Amino acid sequence: MAFLTLSPQVDLQALQLDDARALLKHDAQNIQQEPGESPTGYLQRVIDSLCELSLKDPLTGLGNRRHFRSTLERSIEAVARSGESVLLLLLDIDHFKAINDTHGHLAGDQVLQAIAKCLTDCVRPMDTVTRYGGEEFAIILPHCRPLFGRAVAERIRQTVASLSISVSPLLSVQATISIGGAYAPEWVRSTADLWIERTDQQLYRAKSSGRNQVCLDQPRELSVSAEEKGLLFAHIAADEEAMIRNISGAPPFDPQGNATKRVKA
Amino acid sequence: MNDVLTPPAANQNTTKVPLRPQGKVLAVTSGKGGVGKTFVSANLAAALAKRGHKVLVLDADLGLANLDVVLNLYPKITLHDVFTGKAKLEDAILPAPGGFSVLLAGSGMVEYSRLTPEVRDEFLHIINGLVPHYDVVLLDTGAGISDVVLFAVSMASEVLMVATPEPTSLTDAYATIKVLVGQQQRQTIRVVVNQVSRPGTGQAITNQLQQVLDRFVVTEPGRPIRLIHMGDIPVDAEVRNAVMRRQLLFQATPTCPAGLAISELARKLGAGVIPKPA
Repeated sequence: MAFLTLSPQVDLQALQLDDARALLKHDAQNIQQEPGESPTGYLQRVIDSLCELSLKDPLTGLGNRRHFRSTLERSIEAVARSGESVLLLLLDIDHFKAINDTHGHLAGDQVLQAIAKCLTDCVRPMDTVTRYGGEEFAIILPHCRPLFGRAVAERIRQTVASLSISVSPLLSVQATISIGGAYAPEWVRSTADLWIERTDQQLYRAKSSGRNQVCLDQPRELSVSAEEKGLLFAHIAADEEAMIRNISGAPPFDPQGNATKRVKA
Repeated sequence: MNDVLTPPAANQNTTKVPLRPQGKVLAVTSGKGGVGKTFVSANLAAALAKRGHKVLVLDADLGLANLDVVLNLYPKITLHDVFTGKAKLEDAILPAPGGFSVLLAGSGMVEYSRLTPEVRDEFLHIINGLVPHYDVVLLDTGAGISDVVLFAVSMASEVLMVATPEPTSLTDAYATIKVLVGQQQRQTIRVVVNQVSRPGTGQAITNQLQQVLDRFVVTEPGRPIRLIHMGDIPVDAEVRNAVMRRQLLFQATPTCPAGLAISELARKLGAGVIPKPA
């Protein structure tokens, strides 16, 4: 760790921090050195603020695509190790271009901001809401059981649709979103690209079947219920029955044909 | 309801999703490992070759490939070299002892056991290159429903599910069939039951699987799931002997009960599923 050796002697005057300060000031962050703050402490604060900034979308204040990607990669590791259910949602504002064209780009920005806030309010603090790009958002929901996925996505869709977004003193607009969702395959180390692709296909499905709706990829149904298992193993019981009958002098097991008839439905 | 692994018919023109190769590709798969998948693939290939079919077996179990062990082959050039661009496809194809061709994965393939878009494209490219030259390409896939296995199976025109009568094997076979039906819209799955100790058990098991599927798995109207029982392979000491000697059963003792069962399986597949040898 080379930079550790220079920390006690770091000369803040010699460092070119103006660009960093300007960037952070623009993001409304106080980044002047506090009285009594050590140079190391101050530098750490600058670096931390820059890191934070590099993960944020400036318009909406949500995580940006870089943040999304790293959170998604971490989720894949968690899923592979723990078999946790993690849902990925991609959300796209319907006819956003029309809003821009009719009311101007400023109104478009206001719509993006309002929807971003609404999305954050719709989900738990542990969920990651990010701006994926343009008018598209992505939400990663850890510990989201397959049964709840549709309910969550549907709630988000309805909440956004019910929103009245004021874009000027006299004008409010409404917008709807289409949502595609997919779970990470449990216990499997998938890739971010495949997971996104699978989710994107669902978003495409939601768009092409009329917009303002939710389409979820069916999670791989691996669970085999007790009822199914009971039925699956009926032939073993039948086999045992036949064996007992053989021992007690019944006619020998008839190959092929009769085996199926002895199976209990 | 389409998965990335299965191209919906309407999307076949886009470059994003792979096309299923044109030609006979038979995936030999199972729900659980250790049920004799590779044993069935290798011996079935030999039996089909004996009937005059031109057969290639591809080691599609990228993570845990052991076709090389079963066939006692140690190739210099493997699928790994083709994937990394170090060798041409035709140089990696080897003649196997049973009169068929084989393409072995090689140990370096472990790094490809994660299905990335690149692995997928490369895989598809290789299979598309092979299919025109053979009557049938057998894919010896891994067990279960990992991305790689499901993708390998998605490229096949026919699926042969290997199971044993054990409850664990049956449960996993059933779960895998459910996934294949749900994710790949498969309607027909062929079943062969290995290590059967009583005649008729295999048919009973297939019927049982069919009944449970009919009752519990909802499919689109008019698209029922159909399991086809392709035969039983009896418990046979010769199988273990051949595996330990690292010989093909079909060469060592072709007329032992398990060998005859493999011949019968080849006959059934040759009669309907695989095109007649040219």
